[in-house]
Amino acid sequence: MLKYLVRRISATLLVLTLVSMSVFVIFAVLPMDPAALTCGKACSPVVIEGNRHRLGLDVPVQVQYGRFVEGLFVGRQYGDGAAAFTCPAPAFGYSFNRHECVTQLVGEAFPVTLSLAIGSFILWMSFGVGLGILAARKRNHWQDRLATAFVLIGTSLPTFISGILILIFVALKFGLVNPIEMGRWVSPYEDPVGWFKTFIFPWITLALLYAATYTRFTRSNVIETSSEDYIRTARAKGLSERDILRKHTLRAALAPIITLAGLDFAGLLGGAIITEGIFNLPGLGRLSIRAVLRDYDLPTILATTILAASFVVIANLLVDIAYAYLDPRVRVA
Amino acid sequence: MTQPILKIEGLKKHFAITAGGAFSKSKATVKAVDGIDLEIYPGQTIGLVGESGCGKTTAGRTILKLYEPTEGTITFEGRDITKLSPKEMKPLRSQMQMIFQDPFASLNPRHTVGTVIGAAFEIQGITPVGGVEAEVQRLMKRVGLNPEHINRYPHEFSGGQRQRIGVARAIALKPKLIVADEPVSALDVSIQAQVVNLLEDLQDEFNMAYIFVAHDLSVVQHISDRVIVMYLGKVMEEADKVDLFTHPRHPYTKALLSAVPVADPIKGRKRERIILQGDLPSPVNPPAGCVFNTRCWKAQDKCRTEVPQLLQIGKDASHRIACHYPED
Amino acid sequence: MTHKPFLEVKNLNVAFPTGDGLVQASNDISFTVARGETLAVVGESGSGKSVTSLAVMGLHDRKRTEISGQAILNLETGPIDVISADDEVVRKLRGKAMSMIFQDPMSALHPYYSIGNQLIEAWSLYNEGSKQDGKKRAIEMLDLVGIPDAGKRIEEYPHQFSGGMRQRVMIAMALINNPSLLIADEPTTALDVTVQSQILQLIREMQKEFNMALILITHDLGVVAEVADRVNVMYAGKIVESGGAEDIYYRPDHPYSIGLLNSIPKIGELESKRLVAIPGQPPSLINLPQGCSFRARCAFVDRVSNNLCATTAPTLDQKTTDHFSRCHLSEAELVKARTEIGGK
Repeated sequence: MLKYLVRRISATLLVLTLVSMSVFVIFAVLPMDPAALTCGKACSPVVIEGNRHRLGLDVPVQVQYGRFVEGLFVGRQYGDGAAAFTCPAPAFGYSFNRHECVTQLVGEAFPVTLSLAIGSFILWMSFGVGLGILAARKRNHWQDRLATAFVLIGTSLPTFISGILILIFVALKFGLVNPIEMGRWVSPYEDPVGWFKTFIFPWITLALLYAATYTRFTRSNVIETSSEDYIRTARAKGLSERDILRKHTLRAALAPIITLAGLDFAGLLGGAIITEGIFNLPGLGRLSIRAVLRDYDLPTILATTILAASFVVIANLLVDIAYAYLDPRVRVA
Repeated sequence: MTQPILKIEGLKKHFAITAGGAFSKSKATVKAVDGIDLEIYPGQTIGLVGESGCGKTTAGRTILKLYEPTEGTITFEGRDITKLSPKEMKPLRSQMQMIFQDPFASLNPRHTVGTVIGAAFEIQGITPVGGVEAEVQRLMKRVGLNPEHINRYPHEFSGGQRQRIGVARAIALKPKLIVADEPVSALDVSIQAQVVNLLEDLQDEFNMAYIFVAHDLSVVQHISDRVIVMYLGKVMEEADKVDLFTHPRHPYTKALLSAVPVADPIKGRKRERIILQGDLPSPVNPPAGCVFNTRCWKAQDKCRTEVPQLLQIGKDASHRIACHYPED
Repeated sequence: MTHKPFLEVKNLNVAFPTGDGLVQASNDISFTVARGETLAVVGESGSGKSVTSLAVMGLHDRKRTEISGQAILNLETGPIDVISADDEVVRKLRGKAMSMIFQDPMSALHPYYSIGNQLIEAWSLYNEGSKQDGKKRAIEMLDLVGIPDAGKRIEEYPHQFSGGMRQRVMIAMALINNPSLLIADEPTTALDVTVQSQILQLIREMQKEFNMALILITHDLGVVAEVADRVNVMYAGKIVESGGAEDIYYRPDHPYSIGLLNSIPKIGELESKRLVAIPGQPPSLINLPQGCSFRARCAFVDRVSNNLCATTAPTLDQKTTDHFSRCHLSEAELVKARTEIGGK
């Protein structure tokens, strides 16, 4: 197991390095000039060059990358002399649009996205997997038919439709949200009720989509596992149906589901762009989409891209480790 | 003396397996087949027998160049085909065919019987006299299937019937050599005899040579002229059928024969039974010296260090064994 | 005091309703097995040999299966009819009074749990005691079935064992609670021949050790000859012949058994006689034809007068002492039939 861990962790670090490098290179070869975008219309070439130097864009790409990586660990200084400023570690860059270190921006947006991700996750896992198990146990009965209908509806509705429908016909119609205050971030430690009210509808929107997929996946996994030989052995031993389901069937059936869930969760951590947009949540999704569409804020785009990719890569590692913990056959590989 | 249809010398097939991901350099070699010679004549049946991991299936496939040999030579009708490319092999494929073990997995479920059997003609670009369909129906009848079922799909047939489809497919172009890989193991007992009889009849009719790969010694004994016993990639003993079954000289052959359950309550229970200890070693890590030494009751130090050569034993040149301490 | 045989099966029927019709998998099955006795059930696919035993173990889904008849376990506390008893009652007999091992040892153990875990699980169902006690017993059992280094290997996972070893583990698990009946469904079919003989020997030793009634289900006539005291030959869901092992092999009393014995190549018979195959194939179990289910493949149909084979289904009649056959032919005619098929 230890060898497996070491191998996987080294591979993950390698992938993270490659991902960050690739993103960096992509942005380096884009025809846009970040220095030129640092000031608005009233830009003179002198100012642009000055900013170019301060942003560290006047050195070759490899050096820029090197400084970027260094910045992640020790923070980064932009410019020199009196006009210099530092972004503390981990430094992702500096946003001229917002006049802030990107890390600061990300730091503000992340808790929102995290809340969104965690809540949806709990909701879709408990509902989706639970419904899937029920449908599998009551195959071809009305519970199963209902679950199938739910799956059909859930997977057919993209979030930009379900979100808006929920917003208009539930949240606003019954006055459950204040349209002006909607999306305003409150910390769950300070105002748990407010936090809950902010996120409940976004949670339902996201969970609807994922739960449907997980219901379907869980149902088929449980049905398939139930016909395995080792389940028959368990029954022949005299185990009760409940014990068989709990200890034997679910353990095997849910293993692949857990791995999938880990990856889906990581994907959400990068930001749920549409849902955040509909419900006006200031998360990473909104941060990145605005940086791309509205501001062309390259440092921010760079940061959110690398961050989103990192979440997935790390989740991959964690999920593989979890799977190896569950399934001993994998540890040998 | 007629020329052998097929001659194999020193045939080896090794598979390299790389364990681990990007950072691991550990390589292991599975010596699936580690040296086999054989000569087979028209109308002759050679039985290739052994348990799991012995390499018999791999040998059968390598002989037909479904796997590229690692070492050794294969000579078909006097021509060295060892190094031929798949393209160069293509015209020869009509002459050397295979019948597979699993009648459920070896037929494409989306092809009708007619397509399966007729494919041979299509691939080789041969149009039989009277047309493909007529020939396919004739073949179906020959193997005991109803020719009216030509447009049915495999799942509409029973296991025994599907195996007959496989046979029809194999004999479509009248090959000179057929490698039958456990053709009856997956069938019910009462159907096995039907298929074995069919194979024997076809052999008489077309004078085909068979290499019959199996683990069931009773069937091998019934159908073979000559038998090769394999264990972990190596040949333990090879002899003419009567010799092998009446006077086996290799301890493994003896153990194997004594392990076969006999359908006779009195004789079966009285017979001397050699029960081998231990499990079959993994082909990834075969024992040093004689591969059988870990389970052999006569193993001495020599057996653990020195690989025995396959040598003639007794007066008969065709009876060879690889053992340092043969049985009498 | 008369000792009743441990298992008494009476007129057992198992049928599965399907979209195409009712599949009569097992029809009017009656037999008994005593402790210390080995009954072999021989048949091919579709013969119903497994279905009957699954019914005895209560392993059928009662919502999808129609079962009637009786399967009585004569326990020390009194008889229990598995077919009519409550599901919970039957569940508590599984693994305790009766155990079953199956064909494919490679897939019969849960891949995620260590074998120790699975053995202890079986033990804890019916024993009060700590996990340590269970572990001790598990190691004892592993030793008994011949797993070397049991104390260490108990922590290992199924994939770390070979096929033969896994079957030994299955046997250990089945016997850990001292059952009185062991049903082995094709226990050696998936194993290599040299391993087969090890496992068969082990099963026989265990039977003696625990004084169990043993039902061995197989299609291999050689295996049957090795171990059976009595044999039930099954075809198309019915027992077509029943008797002692020697009777079945030396004096077969049913055209199917006769045909089967003549169609298998036998080790030691070196003059290559052509195998005498039984023509045709087993019938579908949906809408079985009227009369005898074997008649389409039987070589002696025309010896029975009045076309009886086509109109009347034969009953399991006693032909000689303790030897039963489901056939309209008389014993004299069957004796003649035996030589004829072999001779032809």
